[in-house]
Amino acid sequence: MDTPRMDAKELIARRVAQELRDRSLVNLGIGLPTLVARYVPAGLSVAFQSENGIIGFGAPPPHGMEDPNLTDAGGGFISALPGAVSFDSTMSFALIRGGHLDMTVLGGLQVDASGRLANWMVPGKLVPGMGGAMDLVSGARRVVVAMQHSAKGESKIVPVLTLPATSIRPVCLIVTDLAVLEPTSDGLLLKECAPGIGVRDVIAATAAPLLVPRSVPEMVLGLGTVAA
Amino acid sequence: MRKAITAADAAALIPDGASLLFGGFMGVGTPQRVVDALVERGARGLTVIGNDTARPGFGIGRLIDAGCVAKAVVSHIGTNPVTQQKMIAGEIEVELVPQGTLAERIRAGGAGLGGVLTPTGVGTVVAEGKQVIEVDGRDFLLERPIRADFALLKAHEADYNFNLTYRLTATNFNPVMALAADCVIAEPDEIVPVGVIPPDHVRTPGILVHHLVERPR
Repeated sequence: MDTPRMDAKELIARRVAQELRDRSLVNLGIGLPTLVARYVPAGLSVAFQSENGIIGFGAPPPHGMEDPNLTDAGGGFISALPGAVSFDSTMSFALIRGGHLDMTVLGGLQVDASGRLANWMVPGKLVPGMGGAMDLVSGARRVVVAMQHSAKGESKIVPVLTLPATSIRPVCLIVTDLAVLEPTSDGLLLKECAPGIGVRDVIAATAAPLLVPRSVPEMVLGLGTVAA
Repeated sequence: MRKAITAADAAALIPDGASLLFGGFMGVGTPQRVVDALVERGARGLTVIGNDTARPGFGIGRLIDAGCVAKAVVSHIGTNPVTQQKMIAGEIEVELVPQGTLAERIRAGGAGLGGVLTPTGVGTVVAEGKQVIEVDGRDFLLERPIRADFALLKAHEADYNFNLTYRLTATNFNPVMALAADCVIAEPDEIVPVGVIPPDHVRTPGILVHHLVERPR
């Protein structure tokens, strides 16, 4: 390929950013999902919530201007935009659980054919804990998973979860470096392929069965470019 | 009007084996001077209840490093490899609770409620051993109240009536924990004369606070 390929994480974040809606309240999980804030489409006003208790945070402040009482859910320094609000943990999770959060973007370890997500532990190996993820998947109006399609050569899209589920509620959309998938009552629908990726590539890289329409469009990434 | 005590005095009030509600989120809003005093006095067998164990050398992480903790009831430990190692080695028991459920269980404990019904965790391993109650056709888990022997809070301003304010994301679990312990100890950034904090700005009424930790000299 002549043009260098976009970094997989950037590609995923750019595609997820196309799901943002004007005047919505959005929670981004730690890690890859955090990158989505960099690619908010021009003209949209999106308020980001961090579950440690703030709506309306902005980019990390310049070095030397950090406030030790102004941090994100990972403990990193942030800034507060004009009009920002802070609140305690019960308010934060009432917003999440009570249907006041329009969208959450979460990382994933596995998603299965029914659309269920596992993202909080690998028994016997890795036990980070669920943090706010179980509440987010239970309560957010729209749940989008942003993750790499495979890890260590293994598909993360599986027929049935082998890891403990985060919620029994199916997620709404899965965005990977290869494809966009939508859980439906009949199974996972292949909605879009990443630039340069064919339907066969996606099927080959996916352990779960896919519903494949006659025509599968290319991912829309915003700004109309696939710059490196 | 009441008097503040030192962080060492506060640590001396807390016996080995006590259960502690700890304000803070990744160490932000955690009373660090009380943490350090507990490490200094060599506390043992503590049960810590809070959002997380922060990271090594910071927040509750210092208690984990120093071997003060027997059990942690938290929503995640992913940022603290020492907690993970000690859990795998069987030195620390870890009970994971979804973050929103943790906040509401503590609220129930402080508000005289018999528990809360939440959709979070239904059908997952979190539901094991818990009662499922159907309300209007939807399943909820019955989650029980949490109380502790002590609540250890980090405040922004306090006055000598022990009224408390909080700052930005250092607020987190502190206000709700102020109601859910037999003894409440608050560590403020500043102590101001009574009357300086406008009534509308007080987030925790001083009647809930038993001890105030003085500023470092």
